[in-house]
Amino acid sequence: MTVLLETSGVTQRFAGLVANSDVSIAVSRGEIVGLIGPNGAGKSTLFNLIAGVMPPTQGAVVFDGEDVTRLPAAERCHRGIGRTFQVVKSFETMTVIDNVIVGALVRSNGMREARRKAHEVLEFCGLDARAEVPAGELVPSEKRRLEVARALATGPKLLLLDEVLTGLTPVEAQTGVELVRRVRETGVTVLMVEHVMEIVMPLVDRAIVLDLGKVLAEGRPAEVVRDPKVISAYLGDRHAVGA
Amino acid sequence: MDKAFAARRRRDLMVAAGLVIIAALLPLFVRNVYIQNIMVLTLMYTALSQSWNILSGYCGQISLGHSLYFGLGAYTTALLFTKLGVLPWFGMLGGGIVSALIAMALGYPCFRLRGHYFVIATIVIAETTLLLFQNWEFAGAALGIDIPIRRDSWLTFQFARSKLPYFYFALALAAVAWFVTWWLEDSRWGYWWRAVKDNPDAAESLGVVVFNSKMGAAAVSAFLVAVGGSFYAQFVSYIDPDSVMGFQFSLLMALPAVLGGIGTLWGPMLGAVILIPLTELTRSYVGGSGRGVDLIVYGTLIVLISLVRPQGLVGLFAPRRKVAAP
Amino acid sequence: MTAETIIQSLASGLLMGLLYGLIAAGLALIFGLMDVVNFAHGEFLMIAMYATFFLFAFFALDPLLAAPLVAASLFVLGAMVYLLVVRFAMRAKANAGMVQIFSTFGLAIVMRGLAQYFFTPDYRSVTHSWLGGKTVSVAGVFLPEPQLVGALVSIAAFAALYFFIHRTDFGRALEATREDAGAVALVGIDKNRVFALGWGLGAALVGLAGAIMATFFYIYPDVGASFALIAYVTVALGGFGSVFGAFAGGIIVGLVEAATALALPPSLKSIGIYAVYLLVVFIRPRGLFGSI
Repeated sequence: MTVLLETSGVTQRFAGLVANSDVSIAVSRGEIVGLIGPNGAGKSTLFNLIAGVMPPTQGAVVFDGEDVTRLPAAERCHRGIGRTFQVVKSFETMTVIDNVIVGALVRSNGMREARRKAHEVLEFCGLDARAEVPAGELVPSEKRRLEVARALATGPKLLLLDEVLTGLTPVEAQTGVELVRRVRETGVTVLMVEHVMEIVMPLVDRAIVLDLGKVLAEGRPAEVVRDPKVISAYLGDRHAVGA
Repeated sequence: MDKAFAARRRRDLMVAAGLVIIAALLPLFVRNVYIQNIMVLTLMYTALSQSWNILSGYCGQISLGHSLYFGLGAYTTALLFTKLGVLPWFGMLGGGIVSALIAMALGYPCFRLRGHYFVIATIVIAETTLLLFQNWEFAGAALGIDIPIRRDSWLTFQFARSKLPYFYFALALAAVAWFVTWWLEDSRWGYWWRAVKDNPDAAESLGVVVFNSKMGAAAVSAFLVAVGGSFYAQFVSYIDPDSVMGFQFSLLMALPAVLGGIGTLWGPMLGAVILIPLTELTRSYVGGSGRGVDLIVYGTLIVLISLVRPQGLVGLFAPRRKVAAP
Repeated sequence: MTAETIIQSLASGLLMGLLYGLIAAGLALIFGLMDVVNFAHGEFLMIAMYATFFLFAFFALDPLLAAPLVAASLFVLGAMVYLLVVRFAMRAKANAGMVQIFSTFGLAIVMRGLAQYFFTPDYRSVTHSWLGGKTVSVAGVFLPEPQLVGALVSIAAFAALYFFIHRTDFGRALEATREDAGAVALVGIDKNRVFALGWGLGAALVGLAGAIMATFFYIYPDVGASFALIAYVTVALGGFGSVFGAFAGGIIVGLVEAATALALPPSLKSIGIYAVYLLVVFIRPRGLFGSI
């Protein structure tokens, strides 16, 4: 397996606050990798650095063999990085199909092709029945699926999923898990952030645990959950809330 | 693939063609010059509002400084004609190109501004240009430019005796502005613009270069508005800074779209057909000029539409879509 | 150009600037409170000037005495505009940005139309008042009394506003609402009441400015438009929403205007202000004192 994405020594500071410190991770082609960690671990920041929302203070992001550290988000999308947002960002006044067409335009010659692709992706994500509905009228779980559909339509090599399974009912979450598996079967590599371990552990090939902006542990899910450092980081977090 | 969508697009095109034919026949029945004048203005504002709608409605960058491009179109045509003898047809094209270039030059710094900072920058830039033209001796300063009337001719686009040539040109302009919008609506640009309007961050993540999309919208919008300005200069044959670059034009371009439906294909036309005759008629029959009744009428309309039906009147005429569960 | 002329114009620029600050204060207050730009702000000023004029014309009331009355009536007007228009405009789901702009813009047009209809487009003026046309000499610099008193009123108003925001319950409610409108609902503050009072207060401030302006400026239906643009620039310079930023912004605008008038023909005196606005927002897209 060859490496698709690699961050080396990525550090991000916000006005004195260190959100990521010397983070080096690698994702191989065809993997599903889970990026987990307690609240404030720096998962979203790392995600934004990979997606190109801002350049890191230090370090490099290499995607598909090329240094993309300084490239803006739109350009990274063209190179093959698709993403969803933790707080969904649908184009509310546009219909579901039009939302997806925006993504499909990245790799289409002409509108006909974009429209056809968008319909295929909607069917793949189980949203085709809602194609003509304005995105603003979707229920929350549908909006999450629309986020995935839109990103998939851009024809990514790497799909970044930001808490797409959080806040769903068990049934909805299961559908989501199935969707992620099917996405991988089409040859797309998946890097997903989740806060709640139980949902993602059965799904991912490998888990990377972030804590306090640093990589705390990394490995197969079964190993990671037994790692004492991980347990204490999570217990600390959970007991602070629950105890 | 997606027959319903293709059918909807075709239907829009046929309705537009039908409306153009009906409009073209109107002068056969309307001989009154006063009414013909209102018809010319209605068509002109349809075209202007349709063009404004591209940047402000589709792309969501609300400009209240489009009088700038209207004035630039009018001045380029008039200056080229009076100083260099260039025919208005070339002036029109020149004015459009000048305006599109200036719109992009201004867009470069302005499109980094968000929300109210952007709106106010558009007003400030238009006012600044107005002040500069009022003091620009070469262009006649505050006195403006009198376009010399030679004789009725399509070559110089001057007609002293009849309004009809102006009517048909304005109709063509409105039709072109509508058609450009129709065509762009189902092009990459159309989708990019609406995505940028709804959520620029998400658009960027989907490969849309937000800045370039805004620049494209600004250029098309400014070009078409400037052609409208060129037309107006020929129509009134006398221009001065206040009468072609005043803030009222920025407002009169925006209001039809707002009334009819901002960011929609048919909104500007519907808005102009209601608003322009209404203001012209109240001005002459109810208030007399300067009494402000026209202002009260359309101000009230705008407040009501903003509060009661922000999506504009256009939906009232559309065939019912199956209402989806919220 | 002598040093005296320069000092003389900068001094009047400073006074005018303080008055601009007072005009803009209400706009900044409302924006800070609820992120809404009141595009009818200039028309509030116009109404205040007409109110002052009619109190003078019918009751021979001096603008200085009329000022509190005018401010009180503007308070009512501002609160009504919120309750009858803006409150509903904020609920818009479709085209929210457009609704915010055009609901108050439409209102501005209506107010201008009503002024033309009832007051006619004629130019009016308060022909004689305690302040009008008088000047005082301070260390050899002649200062027009209306602007001088206006500047003092402005400073007093900002001081009162400072006290009000930091020392009174309503002021604290205002600050809390401006920081987090959702949270204040939880502690039992009625958001609508705070907003209505905020609009009232904002309008009252411009009412105060209008009463002073009436002593040295012509009064006509479109008078608000030119001052409104200056007020937007002032507020934007100060960083939208910062009331005390408006104070600083006003002073800058007044001085820049005076400096421009020295260098360029009088018809171009506003160019300087516009140029400064564009320069500032192009370099700092959120204004001089705005947080990034």
